[in-house]
Amino acid sequence: MNINFIVVSLIKILLVFGIFMTTLAYLQWVERKVLAHIQLRTGPLRVGPHGLMQPLADVFKLLTKEDLLPPYVNRFFYLLAPFIAVCLALITISVIPFGPEVQIFGVRTYMQISDLNVGILFFLALSAVSVYGVALAGWSSNNKYSLLGGLRSSAQMISYELPLTLAIVAPLLLANHLSFRAISDAQAGYYLGFIPRWNVFQFPFPQVLGFLIFLISAFAETNRIPFDLPEAENELVAGFHTEYSSMKFASFFMAEYANIVNITCVATLLFLGGWHPLFPAPFSNWIAPLVLLFAAAMCFFQGTQPARKGDRITFPIFGVAFLVLTLIFAVAASGIIPALTAILLAVFWFAAKVGLLIFIFIWVRGTLPRFRYDQLMHFAWTFLFPLALINLLLTALFVALFPGKA
Amino acid sequence: MDTILFIVFATVAVVCAFNLVFQTHPISSALSLIGVMGSLAVLYLLLGAEFIAMAQVIVYGGAVMVLFIFVIMLLNAGTEKASSKSWFAQIAGLPLLLAFVAVLAFLIRSALPGALAVPTRAVEFGSWVGGSAEEIGKLLFTQYLLPFEVISILILIAILGAVVLAQKEID
Repeated sequence: MNINFIVVSLIKILLVFGIFMTTLAYLQWVERKVLAHIQLRTGPLRVGPHGLMQPLADVFKLLTKEDLLPPYVNRFFYLLAPFIAVCLALITISVIPFGPEVQIFGVRTYMQISDLNVGILFFLALSAVSVYGVALAGWSSNNKYSLLGGLRSSAQMISYELPLTLAIVAPLLLANHLSFRAISDAQAGYYLGFIPRWNVFQFPFPQVLGFLIFLISAFAETNRIPFDLPEAENELVAGFHTEYSSMKFASFFMAEYANIVNITCVATLLFLGGWHPLFPAPFSNWIAPLVLLFAAAMCFFQGTQPARKGDRITFPIFGVAFLVLTLIFAVAASGIIPALTAILLAVFWFAAKVGLLIFIFIWVRGTLPRFRYDQLMHFAWTFLFPLALINLLLTALFVALFPGKA
Repeated sequence: MDTILFIVFATVAVVCAFNLVFQTHPISSALSLIGVMGSLAVLYLLLGAEFIAMAQVIVYGGAVMVLFIFVIMLLNAGTEKASSKSWFAQIAGLPLLLAFVAVLAFLIRSALPGALAVPTRAVEFGSWVGGSAEEIGKLLFTQYLLPFEVISILILIAILGAVVLAQKEID
């Protein structure tokens, strides 16, 4: 263990943690905005241009609120629960790879904090243990609504962990490895020169079914609508976090969003080919600048027809920012600086896929009503679980029939 | 580094194990057990058995203990009350315990010679690399195939038994 390794690791940890925390803060803004537009509202607008300072304001609000400790709670577990929830949710990001091996200033390193041999199992272990945060919060609050929320949550998470795990096993069979990096690398390349070899497009048996099962279970694992029974407002006040206030409430909130980011990252790596682009290399390099250029053009166009007073100034500023980004990505795409090309393009494709999946999460929240509790359990055990088993058996059969292809 | 980690997590495991016995509340005991499982997983990891370590956390730390906690929460079990001990337990408890430990040590010593001897060679952390999922899979399906299949059937029987018992409850 040399000093070089320690310094590089520290830099990577700082970078990943900083970006992760910023993403978590702004994810909430994105969710409110998208939900608002789905419901024909405008969403947060007051704090900063287009409400962009809203996350900052929320953090200050939560930090300065009174930290209430109800007298009837079990103090130790009541304080431990949010700690468990947020810690376990934040650790998972350390095994997620964001890109290939890159060389910066003569140092070769993976774009990942640590490449565990058993990365998938590490993710499963953390998601299995993270039930305790919610369960303990519900129990230690000494409140019937909290207890019911905690019980519902543990039952739901145990049940949906089965289809989730079975859906994960199918890509593992195809990649023949347990490390996220190896699984993602197994999906590099293209069929016929243009169809990506992602697991959802896998040739003998495309993993579309497995991907859908994984996504549905992911909604339940993260306690999101349509499976957000643990915090169903009209039945349980706020479920397991009814008694929590201030920063302790914020911890649960943060853990929820961190779990969403984690599980979408895992879905991307297992089924959507990780950082590998949708199109073959020289052509796909220019997708990123084109998308950003389109965003800049949209901003300038919106600036010419302002809906509100400030839009005439703010939209062109965003447009200029997008233009600068376009320039940076154009430099990356042209391949003048090889390290920049490798890093930025991998990050672009990874972020694009994760962003799309997170958008689906928010979209579903804006569209679907909540399940009834018995429907939820019935769905998991009598439909999703057998379906995942069939998917696994079929995949195993195809792997056995075409040993060279997988 | 490895030695420091070993000392830390071995201590945590032992402290959690004692805590598990001394706590009067079921939830505290169950959580201490999770602490034991977690630190054992770290010890496995230190020895190079990465797959076993993760399986330990997923199966014991996750699935089994979640069910424990779930049942405790569902039954809403309260703090244990210390039962009034019988005079026999008060007088003969400690000597009998010591005698039991002595017999156990003797049995282990005679059945596995060298198990309790002081090792002549220090344990080297991370020197063993046979703990990957691949190695374990190979062993399970070649050398230990019969025990593996027998355990599968045993688990199947347990599942069927649980289904039969639950069915009666519903009718």
